[in-house]
Formats: sequence, structure tokens, C-alpha cells
Amino acid sequence: MRLKLALGLLIALLGTAAGGEEITSGSAFLSPDLRRQQDDPTRNPGWFWVEQGQGLFGRKPGASQACSQCHAEPEKSLRGAATHYPQVDAGTGQLLNLEGRIEQCRVERQKQPAFGYESGELLALTSYVASLSRGLPMDVETRGPAQPFYNAGRAFFERRQGQLNLSCKQCHDGLVGQKLRGDTISHGAGTGYPAYRLEWNGVGSLHRRLRACSLGVRATQFDYGAPEYLALELYLAARARGLPIETPAMRR
Amino acid sequence: MARLGFATALLLGGLASSRPGAALEPYAVVGDAIPKALGAHAGDVARGQAILRDRERGNCLICHQGADPVEPFQGAIGPSLAGIGARLDAGQIRLRLVDASRLNPETVMPPYYRSEGLQDVAPAYRGKPALSEQEIEDVVAYLASLKTF
Ligand code: HEC
Ligand code: HEC
Repeated sequence: MRLKLALGLLIALLGTAAGGEEITSGSAFLSPDLRRQQDDPTRNPGWFWVEQGQGLFGRKPGASQACSQCHAEPEKSLRGAATHYPQVDAGTGQLLNLEGRIEQCRVERQKQPAFGYESGELLALTSYVASLSRGLPMDVETRGPAQPFYNAGRAFFERRQGQLNLSCKQCHDGLVGQKLRGDTISHGAGTGYPAYRLEWNGVGSLHRRLRACSLGVRATQFDYGAPEYLALELYLAARARGLPIETPAMRR
Repeated sequence: MARLGFATALLLGGLASSRPGAALEPYAVVGDAIPKALGAHAGDVARGQAILRDRERGNCLICHQGADPVEPFQGAIGPSLAGIGARLDAGQIRLRLVDASRLNPETVMPPYYRSEGLQDVAPAYRGKPALSEQEIEDVVAYLASLKTF
């Protein structure tokens, strides 16, 4: 028993010291069938949301300008944009993810009521903008003003929580590749979101996925867009540095 | 670190006093076991099996296999529970269900009879253990009955 304890401690220490295990995308843990479906645009329903987003992007809401009037040639001007989110907004000092930036444009520049997190419109626009960065490596800033958010996200990831007393890290670091019921636990990279989940029968945001993991350990589910999940999203994105964006991915 | 020290003391000392939660039954840990049953009523094998399977209560099969021939999807995170009753006695099983972190501070096995020292517990579960004392006894009775591999 004591040997096991000492070994466990040693492994824990080595883990934090090295800390450099290669992170892989959630797609690497899909069944071959689902993977094929994901990679085939005619069979991946996530593309339907992308197309809807593309439509919204070019449409004028009321008397305001369309997104495309400020962001001409989005395939070029917004290519890579999603790789840098979440990021600290220079104006407000707040951490914004892609959804947050789109809502900011909508409210402040288009003078329209916010869509609201998890609304069909915001999911579509976020999927579209993220899809413009498909294949490009995640590259978020974690220093300077982003540092406190990154630290908070990391602390969240590492702390045990909920009635079942598990941390994100215990599953998405320690148990990667293992079976949790019918799921294979991945690194929790989140680089395919918004993603089409079979369980949802639709596209959902990363925060919706995070809420599912919180519920799984019977922990507090934070609101969509809550500061806790935003900081966590930044940490996940930093952990996934170099991994390509895969939106719209498919997940179980 | 405090927890680690505590567990080491437990391993060295053999006998440790109980650490009950607010409304939880007190219990005494002796060696790596809780020899005495929690509460007054004996465990029921059939109810125990149902709790193990029930996704709202034990949901044990999300991580363990070997204890249920019927359920198609079983996890492989914890050790197999096949023949667990031949390897561990009821008191040893009880401690592992109540709070396995007393034996291994890094454990992934959730504490099923603990309500304190937990963070960010969802409101519906706050201040309560994951299983009641009777449910713990039912699961102990079921697992102790699994003597063959
Ligand atoms: C008890 C195990 C467990 C815990 C604890 C847990 N998760 Fe998960 N998580 C899963 C499983 C299983 C999946 C679905 C399979 C997969 O993609 O990993 C998942 C999926 C995810 C995904 C989607 C990964 C992708 O790329 O599709 C993210 C992101 C994630 N989890 C983050 C977290 C975070 C952050 C926490 C802590 C708040 C957490 N998880 C806690 C088991 C867990
Ligand atoms: C999130 C994953 C998870 C869940 C859920 C879970 N366990 Fe475990 N269990 C483990 C792990 C991992 C271990 C090994 C613990 C260790 O070595 O620290 C374990 C150990 C055990 C042991 C000791 C086994 C041995 O061979 O020493 C028993 C008994 C047990 N679990 C029963 C249960 C029961 C009953 C439930 C549900 C009420 C349950 N577990 C739920 C992961 C889990």
C-alpha cells in the first residue's frame, strides 16, 4: 500500500514536472465510422450550421450593416481569427471567446439585440467563422493581460469538484484513451467546437459540452459564457496549442 | 498535503478516528476497513445490484466491469469487480465505497459517503452523500456476494 502511494505521488510529480505530453484532437478517439462521417461534408450535419452562418454573415439586420460589409472577403480576412480565441478584449479588459466577439459586433456595431448564447443564430455564425480557420493551429495568447485568466482556467482544470470529487485533469490527462461507459476519454481539447453531437441531435457550443462534464461529476454548472468557463476555455485552447481547428466536428 | 499526511498516518497507525460529515453516521476506520455496518439495517443484495446499475444513483458501471452480466456498456477505469467478495471482506469494501481517498489520496474512485471537503457541488447534491447509509450497505452486501470470477 505504501509503495503504491509513493508511486502515485512520484507519477503525479513527474506529470507536473514534465507536463509535455502530446495533446491529440477529440477526433482521434472517434470510431472509424463516425470519423468517416465527420470528414465527409455531405454527411456531416454540422455543415448545415456553417451554411446558415454564412447566410447570416452576408445579410443586413434591419437598417444596420451586414457582417460582410466590415469583414469583406471573410475567407481571407477572417482566416485564422478563431485560432486566437479566447482573447482579452483591449477595450474592456474582459476575456472574450468567439461567441463573445460575435455578440459584441452584433450589439455595439450592428446595434441589434444580442442573439443569446446557444441560440441557433449565434451557433451558426460561430460555426461559420470558426470553419474559416479549419486546419490552422490553435494559437492563443496566455501572457500579459491574459495571464490571470489562464491561471484561473488552469486552477479550475486541476481542482477536484462536485459530489463525485473529480478534476478535469484526472479524466482528460490521467485517463485518456480509457472507457467511461461507452465513451473513450480524450484530452478534452475542444478544437472541433461548435460541434455536432449525436447525443444533442444538433450543433452545440464548447460551453454546452463543459456543462455536460460538470453535470457528470455533479458539480455546479456555470452559465453559458460565464467567466469560469471562459477562463477554462482559454486554458484548454492553450493546452491545445498547435492542434488544428476542426469546426464543425462530429462527436458522440 | 494535509490529506496525504492523514492517509500516511492511517496506513502507519492502522486505527484512525472517524471523520463524519454534517449529518452522516459516524464510523470507525480500522486498518483498511470500516468493520461495522452504517445504520441499523442489514444490506440487501438485490437492491445493491440495482443501485450499482442505476445511472442516477451508483452509476458504478460507468467505470467498472465484472459486476453485471447484463449491461452492455461498462467502463474500464476502475478495477474489475468480478469476484470482489473473494478478494475483500465487507468492511474493506465499505471503506472503499465510503471514501477511497483515505487509502489513496489521488484516487479516481468517488467518495460515496462523504459530504464535506468537496468543492462546487451542484445545489441538488450539496450537503448530502452520493449514497445513503442504507444504499451503501445494500451495495456492500451485493459486492460481498460476488465470490466467483
Ligand atoms: C469522469 C470523467 C470526466 C471528467 C471529470 C471531465 N470530463 Fe470532459 N469528457 C469526458 C468524456 C467521457 C468526454 C467525451 C469523450 C471525449 O471527447 O473526451 C468528455 C469530453 C470533453 C470535451 C470535448 C472534447 C472534444 O474535443 O470533443 C471537453 C472540452 C471536456 N470534456 C472538458 C472537460 C473539462 C474542462 C472538465 C472539468 C470541468 C471535464 N471535461 C471533466 C469525461 C470527463
Ligand atoms: C469515476 C470512476 C469510478 C466510479 C464512478 C466508481 N469507481 Fe470504484 N474505483 C474506481 C477506481 C479508479 C478504483 C481504484 C481505486 C484506487 O486504487 O485508488 C476503484 C476502486 C473500487 C473498489 C476497490 C476495488 C479493489 O479491487 O480494490 C470497489 C469495491 C469499487 N471501486 C466499487 C465501486 C462501486 C460500488 C461504485 C458505485 C457505487 C464505484 N466503484 C464507482 C473508479 C470508479
